[in-house]
Amino acid sequence: MTAQASQLTSAQEPAAVSPAAPVIRVEGLQAFYGAQQVLFDVDLTVMPGEIMVVMGGSGSGKSTLLRHLVGLSRPAAGRVELLGLDITRARSMEMLALRRKIGVAFQGGALFSSMNVLDNIMLPLREHARLDRKTMEIMARLKLEVVNLAGADALMPSELSGGMLKRAAVARAIIMDPTLLFFDEPSAGLDPTVSSALDDLILKLREAMNMTMVVVTHELESAFKIADRITILDQGRILLVDDVAGVRRSDNPRIQNLLNRRSEETEVDAQAYLQRLTGETPTPPAATNETPEAS
Amino acid sequence: MTAMLRVAEGLGRGVLRGADEVGFAAALFVESLFWAVLGPARRQPVRLPAVFAQMLQIGLEALPIATVLAATIGMMLAIQSLYSLGLFGAEHFATVGIGLSVVREFAPLIIGILIAGRSGSALAARFSTMMINQEVDALRVIGISPVRFLVAPALIAMMIMVPALTMWAILVALTAAGLLVTAALEISLGAYFADLISVLSVNDLTHGLGKSVLFAALIALVSAVNGALADGGAEGVGRRTTRAVVHSIAAIIMVDMIFAFVVTSG
Repeated sequence: MTAQASQLTSAQEPAAVSPAAPVIRVEGLQAFYGAQQVLFDVDLTVMPGEIMVVMGGSGSGKSTLLRHLVGLSRPAAGRVELLGLDITRARSMEMLALRRKIGVAFQGGALFSSMNVLDNIMLPLREHARLDRKTMEIMARLKLEVVNLAGADALMPSELSGGMLKRAAVARAIIMDPTLLFFDEPSAGLDPTVSSALDDLILKLREAMNMTMVVVTHELESAFKIADRITILDQGRILLVDDVAGVRRSDNPRIQNLLNRRSEETEVDAQAYLQRLTGETPTPPAATNETPEAS
Repeated sequence: MTAMLRVAEGLGRGVLRGADEVGFAAALFVESLFWAVLGPARRQPVRLPAVFAQMLQIGLEALPIATVLAATIGMMLAIQSLYSLGLFGAEHFATVGIGLSVVREFAPLIIGILIAGRSGSALAARFSTMMINQEVDALRVIGISPVRFLVAPALIAMMIMVPALTMWAILVALTAAGLLVTAALEISLGAYFADLISVLSVNDLTHGLGKSVLFAALIALVSAVNGALADGGAEGVGRRTTRAVVHSIAAIIMVDMIFAFVVTSG
C-alpha cells in the first residue's frame, strides 16, 4: 500500500488476508440469465500474486463469471470471497472499502466520454481520496507513464485508438494501487503487436506492483504468455484449472478443440433440438465428462 | 382461444413491466433524495459542478426556444380569447381567461413538453449509451453510486430549472398576450397588468409552479429508468430515447389532469 493510498478516507476495511490465503475464493457459484442457467457450481481459488487466466469459447460463461467476481451481478447460489470478504453478503460500506482495493479494466475501456483521459483516471481518487487536485494530477500522470500513455492526458476518449483506450482503462484501474486487478478481454480487437505490448504491460504491473490478476480472454497466445494458471470454462462449468503446461497436456477433446481452434461438434440432443425449434426454454446442458476441478 | 390467451398474457406482462418501472422510478427518486441529503455526511456528496452543468443544459440553453414558444402561446391565447369572447361582446374579460390559462395550465404544460423532448431525450440517450458502453458498470466497480453520480444531479437540476423556465414562460406569454389585448381593447399595458394582478392569486401561481416541479421529476425519472434498461447497441439507444420522450409527455399530460382534478375538487 503506497503513501497515497494510506490517505484514503477511512471506511470499514476488509479483513486482512494472510499471505497464504487465497485472494479470491469462489464456491458453488450458480448464475442464471432469465430461466437459463449459465454457471453451474463453479469453484475457483486465486492465490496472492497469481495471474489467473479464464478462458473459454463464446457463451462459455467467462464474462458472467467476471461480473460475479467484481460484484456487478449477484449469484443465484454460492459464495464469492474477495480479500477475505464474502461479497454476496457484504454491507454497502464493506463493499465500498473493498472496491478501493480492486481495479477493473473493461473490454471497451468504459472511459467516461464526457471527461478527458486525465479526469477519467483521477475519478477514483477524487471520490475516495482527500488530495488536492495538483497531487491527483501528478498521480494520474504517473500511471499514464506506467501504461506508456504519457502526454495523452488532455485527449478525449473518442480521440484514442483501441490500444490507447485499453491502456488508459488500465491506468484508471490501477490509480488506487489495487491489490486485485481484473481484465476483461484485454487483447480483443487489437492487432498482434499492440496485443503483445498489453500482455507485457500486464506482466510488468504484476512484477512492479505485486498485484493478483484475473484475466478473461479467448486469445490463446496471450493466455499462454501471461498465465500462471488457466481456468477453462465450457458451457458454464469449469473443465480444468492448471498451469500452461498442464493445459497443453490435457487430453480432454473440448480443451483440445479450444487449443487447436477447431469448431466443436456438439452431440445433438433430440429433445433440446426440438425445444430450440419450438422456442421453448432449453434444458441446461449435460455435465461434461471431466470432473470440475478447483485448485 | 389461444389468441385470446396470448393477448391476455401480453397485457399481463405489460402491466407487470409497467409496475416494475414505476417502482424502479420511485426507488431512484428516494435514492437521489438520500444522496442529496445524506451524501455530504457520508463524504459522498452529489457533485455540484454536475448539477450546474445540467442546469445550464436544461435551463439556459432552452431559454431561446422557451421564449419563442411562450410568446407564441400567449399571442395565440389572446387571439382566441378576443375572438370567442367577442362573439358575446365580452372582450374585456379576455385578461381573466388569458391570465388563468397561462399561469395554471399552458406555461407549465408547454415547458414540460419542451423539456421532455429536449432534455429528457438527451438524458435518456446519455444514460443508455453509458449503460451500453459499460460506463455505469465502471462507476459501480470504482465504488461510485450511479444514482448519486448521474441521476441525482439531473433530477436536482431539472427540479430547479423547469419551474424557473415556467416562471419565465408565464412572464413572456402574458406580456406577448398583453401586446395584442392592449391594442384590441385600446387600454394601456399598465392597466392590462393591473387587471392580471387583480385576477390572479398566489394560489394560481403555486398551482402552475407546483405542477412544473412534478413534471420535472417525471421527465428526469422516466429518462433515467429508460436509460438504465437500455440494451442492444445503437438501436437500443434510439429505442429507449424515443420511449423516454413518449412516456414523459404521456405522463406529463396524465399527471396534469390528475393534479388539476385533485387540486380543484378540494
